[in-house]
Amino acid sequence: MIRVYTSSVIDAAAEAVWALIRDFNGLPKWHPGIAESRIEGNWASDRVGCIRNFRLKDGGTIREQLLALSDFDLQCVYSILESPMGVENYVATLKLTPVTDGNRTFAEWSAEFDAPPSRERRLAEDIGQGVFQAGFNSLKTYFGQR
Amino acid sequence: MQRVTRSAIIDAPIERVWAVLRDFNSHDRWHPAVADSRIEGDESADQVGCVRNFHLRDGSHIREQLLTLSDDDYVSTYCILDATVPLRRYVATVTLKRITDGDRTFWHWQSTFDAPPGRERELVEMVGRNVYEAGFEGLRRYLRDGARARSPSTMMRTAADQMTAQAVVLREFGGSDRLSYQNLTVPPPGAKEVRVRQTAVGVNFIDIYIRRGEYRMVTPPAVLGMEAAGTVVDVGDDVHHLLPGDVAAYAYGVPGAYATLRTLPADQVVAVPRGVSDDTAAAILFKGLTAEYLLHRTHQVKAGEAVLVHAAAGGVGLLVCQWAKYLGTRVIGTVSTDEKARVARDHGCDTPIVARDYRFAAAVKAATGGRGVDVVFDGLGTPAMEETYEALALTGHWIAYGHSAGPSSSLDPQRQAQKSLRLSRPVLFHYTSEPERLRAMAARVFDMIEQRKLRPYIGQRFTLAAAAAAHDALERRETIGSILLQA
Repeated sequence: MIRVYTSSVIDAAAEAVWALIRDFNGLPKWHPGIAESRIEGNWASDRVGCIRNFRLKDGGTIREQLLALSDFDLQCVYSILESPMGVENYVATLKLTPVTDGNRTFAEWSAEFDAPPSRERRLAEDIGQGVFQAGFNSLKTYFGQR
Repeated sequence: MQRVTRSAIIDAPIERVWAVLRDFNSHDRWHPAVADSRIEGDESADQVGCVRNFHLRDGSHIREQLLTLSDDDYVSTYCILDATVPLRRYVATVTLKRITDGDRTFWHWQSTFDAPPGRERELVEMVGRNVYEAGFEGLRRYLRDGARARSPSTMMRTAADQMTAQAVVLREFGGSDRLSYQNLTVPPPGAKEVRVRQTAVGVNFIDIYIRRGEYRMVTPPAVLGMEAAGTVVDVGDDVHHLLPGDVAAYAYGVPGAYATLRTLPADQVVAVPRGVSDDTAAAILFKGLTAEYLLHRTHQVKAGEAVLVHAAAGGVGLLVCQWAKYLGTRVIGTVSTDEKARVARDHGCDTPIVARDYRFAAAVKAATGGRGVDVVFDGLGTPAMEETYEALALTGHWIAYGHSAGPSSSLDPQRQAQKSLRLSRPVLFHYTSEPERLRAMAARVFDMIEQRKLRPYIGQRFTLAAAAAAHDALERRETIGSILLQA
């Protein structure tokens, strides 16, 4: 089991950031790596159990299922059902915490998954930096930080 | 029940912030509202269950008990036992989280308590503002000011104080008899400097080159020595990664380590993780950093490669053998005695070759099916040049990082072309000149030690006063592993 943890600070109120990211179908609005996304079976995109089916800008398709959504903890948990990445038992958590000093947001994005040992390091780097940090960077741009 | 939550971003690595906050009795040093504080009984300030007994500047008297301390999650929980302020059933939790984007710290501070009817709002405001928000500011200032302002270790002594050290001084270039043990004045740290009380000093072959005058890195009289570990005495302005009392170590390109105290640039000094002793840090930092750059930077060693390590039982050699083995290479080493062969084998060397007269090429060829090695880590130099050339495979990489057996001469470009050899002449201090890279390299070395993938082998210990004897032993090639001077 590998664990990847990435965290950052977004210069916007946690409620505002949460309003953007709680939409499980909203990745193309803010994540630079996602070309398009839809929710399977016409479910609502904030209904726990819904599946998002999205296409990466580099072509791959990923299906992910929403396992938990909390407007109280500002947190969502999801798993990968299918992906070209070659990971198993992948469960990720995206969580926001208000920073009262300066009315900013502390954002944490972590994942646990299994992969062949030879690919662990590369995958951890791709996910931690390529997916999570890239997402944070574009959230920072979205909310007009630096 | 009332609940108060405050959080802030602290512009320092989590280890730095936690080092202060995990000390339950540190708040009178950084919190502006706390006048004095002590731990009751004889307990230490990180003992779960200990009680801090303190006064606020407004005269309030409070006793608080530590309920939880976790170095794993960076969490501390405590409650009020007695207080002259009307906070009942007060329980507070401090949680730190790492901000990986920029290596900063998220600090979350939360409490619940009961307040007398009618005073809820006032007390919620007081705790949130005067305790938590003031605490954030206080800690920021404390870290920014290099933790000097009210640190007890500096209260007894002004920062302007000179201190006297004992040091090994080289009077003039030459043999080990030119070393003498004498007193030396060590200045207080200036801006971006730190003063370290050194407990363990590492001896390296470079010290001997410098003593002989082969490397003109000092002008006698001068103090030798490139690495040491010990405890930070005080820090100058603009130093953020070290505090007085921290265990710290350095491998620094300017000689001067053979002393009980030293003031030097803080960006060359790294904090030593709790899992690593200062002996280990001093014995391993210079050589560990060398192994790190040899295996990860000068040559990026890949699993399956065959490597040749000269002086495989030396301080650097034993570390390179272990690390190269861990990276999945086939490790062949040269040593001068059977005893050294045994120790090298015990540290990951698959095929130690005993070659007191530097005849090893045939054995290396035999061990690699006639092909030779992909890379050689050569700390020997000229006397072994011919054989090293023979031992290398076509397109091999010859990394000459030292010349303990005699001065290096250069390889004829014609001969280099005959095998398409790559030649490197790396110097540690070029790799460590950037503080950020130094810290990354040191982190990798300490990580390898903490995971027990690198075992330091301290072959011999001498007192600092006996530095000359340590040099003699190293020059006679008697030693195995690292040599330490104890101050």
